[in-house]
Amino acid sequence: MIENIAEHVNADANLVRRGRFVTTAFLIAVDDADYLIRIAEGRVTSVTTGPFITPHYSFALRASREAWEKFWQPLPPLGFTDIFALVKNKLLRIEGDLHPFMSNLLYFKDMLASLRKGAS
Amino acid sequence: MMSPRFEPIVGRYLCLDLFGRPHRLYVEEAGSGIPLLCLHTAGSDARQYRGVLNDSRVTANFRVIVFDMPWHGKSSPPAGWQNEEYRLTSRDYVRMIVDIAAALALDKPVVMGCSIGGRIVLHLANEHPERFRALIGLESAAHVAPYYDVNWLDRPDVNGGPVCAGVVSGLIAPTAPAAERWETLWHYMQGGPGVFKGDLHFYMVDGDIRDRVDAIDIRRCPLFLLTGEYDYSCTSEGTLDVAKRTGAEATIMKGLGHFPMSEDPGHFVSYLLPVLETIRKLSVGSAH
Repeated sequence: MIENIAEHVNADANLVRRGRFVTTAFLIAVDDADYLIRIAEGRVTSVTTGPFITPHYSFALRASREAWEKFWQPLPPLGFTDIFALVKNKLLRIEGDLHPFMSNLLYFKDMLASLRKGAS
Repeated sequence: MMSPRFEPIVGRYLCLDLFGRPHRLYVEEAGSGIPLLCLHTAGSDARQYRGVLNDSRVTANFRVIVFDMPWHGKSSPPAGWQNEEYRLTSRDYVRMIVDIAAALALDKPVVMGCSIGGRIVLHLANEHPERFRALIGLESAAHVAPYYDVNWLDRPDVNGGPVCAGVVSGLIAPTAPAAERWETLWHYMQGGPGVFKGDLHFYMVDGDIRDRVDAIDIRRCPLFLLTGEYDYSCTSEGTLDVAKRTGAEATIMKGLGHFPMSEDPGHFVSYLLPVLETIRKLSVGSAH
C-alpha cells in the first residue's frame, strides 16, 4: 500500500507544487517493516522496502501496524485522524532531523493522508 | 451567481488602555439583546466567529461582540512591541476581558471562549463570577500538557504561517466542509511571528487551573461546556472532568473538532442554540 504513495503524490500537481522545495528521504516504519521514501522537488522518486542495513534519511515516522491501519482508513476513528493525534497519544514517534518535516508540515500531512484514497 | 450584499457584521476600532498601555483593538458585532462576548483561539482572530455573527437565530436575541486580542488579527501590538517577547498570562487575559467588557459598557455579558478562551472562562468563573451572566467554554479543559516542541512555531528557518496551520490542521473534524476548514487554517497562516507560541504559554503552562476547578461555584455564574468529539487537544475527557468537578452542563459535539464555530459554523450553532435559550430563560427569570 505504501508503494502507492508515489502515484498519489505525483498525480496531485498542487501537492507537488506545495512541496517544490522538498528534496529529502524519510522513513515510514510499520511495526518492524521499513519503507524509505525519496523526494525530489516535491515528487516522490522512489519507495524502497527494507530491511535496510544503513538507511540514510532525514526523519522517521514509527508506529504500529494497528495504528497506521486505523490512520489510513478513509474516515479514521477518533484519535487516528492526524499524525499529531497519534503523537499525543504516544502511538507514533517522529525522530531524526525534524526540520524538513516541520517546515513542510502540511505537505507531509497531505502526503501521508493521500494513502487513504487507496484504502478500502 | 451571488448578488453583492453586506453582511450584518459591523467592525470598529476601540482605543483603550490595557495593562497600563494604550491599545488599539478591532471589535466586531451583530445583533441585539443579551451581550455575548466571544473569545477566539490561540494564534487566530475573531473571524472564527463569522458564522455566529451572521446567524440570525443567534443575533435575534443576543448582541454578539467579538474582538481580536492585542497582537492578533487587525488589533495592533502595543507600541514598543519590537523590544519584547509576547507571552500571554492568566492574569493579563482575565484583566483584558474584564477591561474590554467595562470599556464597552456591557451589562453582565455572557462570555463564550474557545480553547484558550475555553480555559479562561474557567478562570473567570473562579475569580469574577459576579461580573458575568453565564460562561460558555468551547473546547474547555483545566490543563493541556505540551505534546510537541512549540519552538517550531517561531524560528527564522521555518515559515511561521504554514507551520502554525500545520500543527492545528488535524484538530479540525475530518468531516468539516473544505471551505470552512481552509478558512480556519488561513487565519492561522496570518498570525504574527511568535504570537501563537506566546498564546500557548497560557494554554500549556501558565493557564493550568487544575488546582482551582473545584472552587468554581456554578450557582454564582452558570457554566456550559461544549466540546467537539474530534478534538485531541482539549479532549472530551478533559471537558467531562471539568463538568464532573463543577456540576456544569457538558455536551460532546458530534462531527466537530477544536474550532467548532469556524470549521463548521452552522453545525456548531445547532449545539449553541439550546445553551443560549437556557441562558435567555435564566435572564428573563432573574429580571422579575
